Amino acid sequence: MSNDNTDKGLLGWVDERFPLTKLWEEHISKYYAPKNFNFWYFFGSLNLLVLILQIVTGIFLTMHYKPDGAQAFISVEHIMRDVDWGWLIRYLHSTGASAFFVVVYLHMFRGLMYGSYQKPRELIWVFGMFIFLALMAEAFMGYLLPWGQMSFWGAQVIISLFGAIPIIGDDLTLWIRGDFVISDATLNRFFALHVIAVPLVLIMLVVMHIIALHEVGSNNPEGIEIKKHKDVNGVPLDGIPFHPYYTVKDIVGVVSFLILFCGVVFFMPEMGGYFLEHANFIPANPFKTPEHIAPVWYFTPFYAILRAVPHKLSGVLAMFGAIAVLFVLPWLDRGKVHSIRYRANSFKWLLAMLVISFIGLGYLGALPPTELRTFFARVFSLGYFGFFLGIWWISKNEKTKPVPERIL
Amino acid sequence: MKKTLIVMIGFLLPVMGFAAGGGASFPSDDITIDWDDKASMQRGARTFVNYCMSCHEASYSRYNRVGADLEIDDAQVSENLIFTTDKNGDKTKVGALMTNSMGADYASEAFGIIPPDLSLIARSRGVDWLYNYLRAFYVDESRPFGMNNGVFDKVGMPHVLADLQGYQVPKMAMKVDANGDQIEAIVGFDIVKPGALSKSEFDQTIYDLVGFLDYVSEPYRQTRQNVGTGVIIFLFLFLILAYFLKKEFWKDIN
Repeated sequence: MSNDNTDKGLLGWVDERFPLTKLWEEHISKYYAPKNFNFWYFFGSLNLLVLILQIVTGIFLTMHYKPDGAQAFISVEHIMRDVDWGWLIRYLHSTGASAFFVVVYLHMFRGLMYGSYQKPRELIWVFGMFIFLALMAEAFMGYLLPWGQMSFWGAQVIISLFGAIPIIGDDLTLWIRGDFVISDATLNRFFALHVIAVPLVLIMLVVMHIIALHEVGSNNPEGIEIKKHKDVNGVPLDGIPFHPYYTVKDIVGVVSFLILFCGVVFFMPEMGGYFLEHANFIPANPFKTPEHIAPVWYFTPFYAILRAVPHKLSGVLAMFGAIAVLFVLPWLDRGKVHSIRYRANSFKWLLAMLVISFIGLGYLGALPPTELRTFFARVFSLGYFGFFLGIWWISKNEKTKPVPERIL
Repeated sequence: MKKTLIVMIGFLLPVMGFAAGGGASFPSDDITIDWDDKASMQRGARTFVNYCMSCHEASYSRYNRVGADLEIDDAQVSENLIFTTDKNGDKTKVGALMTNSMGADYASEAFGIIPPDLSLIARSRGVDWLYNYLRAFYVDESRPFGMNNGVFDKVGMPHVLADLQGYQVPKMAMKVDANGDQIEAIVGFDIVKPGALSKSEFDQTIYDLVGFLDYVSEPYRQTRQNVGTGVIIFLFLFLILAYFLKKEFWKDIN
């Protein structure tokens, strides 16, 4: 050890070899965030919390779970009954999956409200959409693992959608399943993808999402750039260091979230059949189709769009299009003003229409179709896509309100 | 914002209106299981091993776990709940899973299907359904076992509890179904051959049995709720602390 470092202690020794203090300062203690974050800004850190929760509980579940068509269902019940605190780990993981989508959807809604996807944050949004896509893949494959009736038939329905693709469709579904039906082969590969491949991708994307965010800086409810006004040291005048201000604030958010989350985990883990479907307490049976196959609630809006279109391939395209259109949102919105607070009323109406359509689709996607429901699903599908068309239309010559220079 | 919210809810209302209607099954009573009534669950366990377990299993559950949770000691569990032998021909141990000796081949031959495992039946069907189903067997000569069911039409299961309930025939009447059509449906039962129990005694027996099935579907439920209460109380105390911590730090931010 050289003499220069003795007075700097262990941290000094590490810093000469690894930028520990530099990283801490850049991303935490000297990352200046706008001082006016509101309720909607809790969901980013909550997403990180749920991600870590899912990884940790997932690790413990894999210690006892058996990815085998003959043993998967039994091993889950073994975890619930015979493994010490196994029921807790499993309910944390199953509730965590739904909680992940709750906070992701609210996080995305925040982005829409305050224009967090607009220039210069397009890449943050695009990385975020890749996270959303990876999360859907993760949840879909994870749902097969308990090997209940809904796991099996849900996967059967969704994978068969790829069969609608012309020419390669049938071969593609065969390739995905590794068999002519959902089987042990499918279960094994979904397990591998669920516990290794997709989580690695997710973590990588989350890191990129945060690096991109810290490069350009956080947006805020006013939708104005705090970097425009800096003091002599280059610190934004309306910015405050993330630590300690937002770390202590986020603790309040985390604890509030955990109260709701634990309320579900400990008192209603099935959430009335929405988080754990009743039919999934019956082992997978390839010879017996359940009366009604519905995806878990977080997929139902997209499932409803699929069913709203009378032609199968078009329906599949509409469903994937509903996700794809989100990726190009930063370029569809030609507006210069970020926040809903200063945008035209037409924007507010469009956003309200999107929310109504999305919730309506989610509700309808969980129910068996009837003529009336299909009619409403079509109306809401138009409402969903109408938002994106509408925002392109209105943002050309939008009548915005004057945006303040500084955060008051 | 509030106005927008009200308008949004207004738009969603017509959709909420067409939730699924009720079916034509009879009876359709609701029950609430009292998880603290161990005596009821003990009686249910006895009915389960005596009447259900010849054909069905609760193969995710262990005898001694049931004993511990329902306050029955191991000796009593062995004496009163275990009637099977293990593969060595010795009496099944109390730590064993609650399985029976009926092979899959025999089951398929006798019933056409393997009788389902009942460990989780209360979670897939719900306690109300079970309570109604088990009281809804009626005489129907057109069926292979001579019995049908008001809740589960053309059910494959025979009326195992006939010696307790007796035999009943349905009372039919016209009813309006979920689609608004007139249909002939069961509105009641008449006992044609009484069993060993009165109607209220039999209802209680079924309630006890369903209570046991509810217990065995999630044996850790009371632990879950007890732990949960502690966790939520802790989190609320933590929230107070976190709130004041945040307030203290943010004092100097305007």
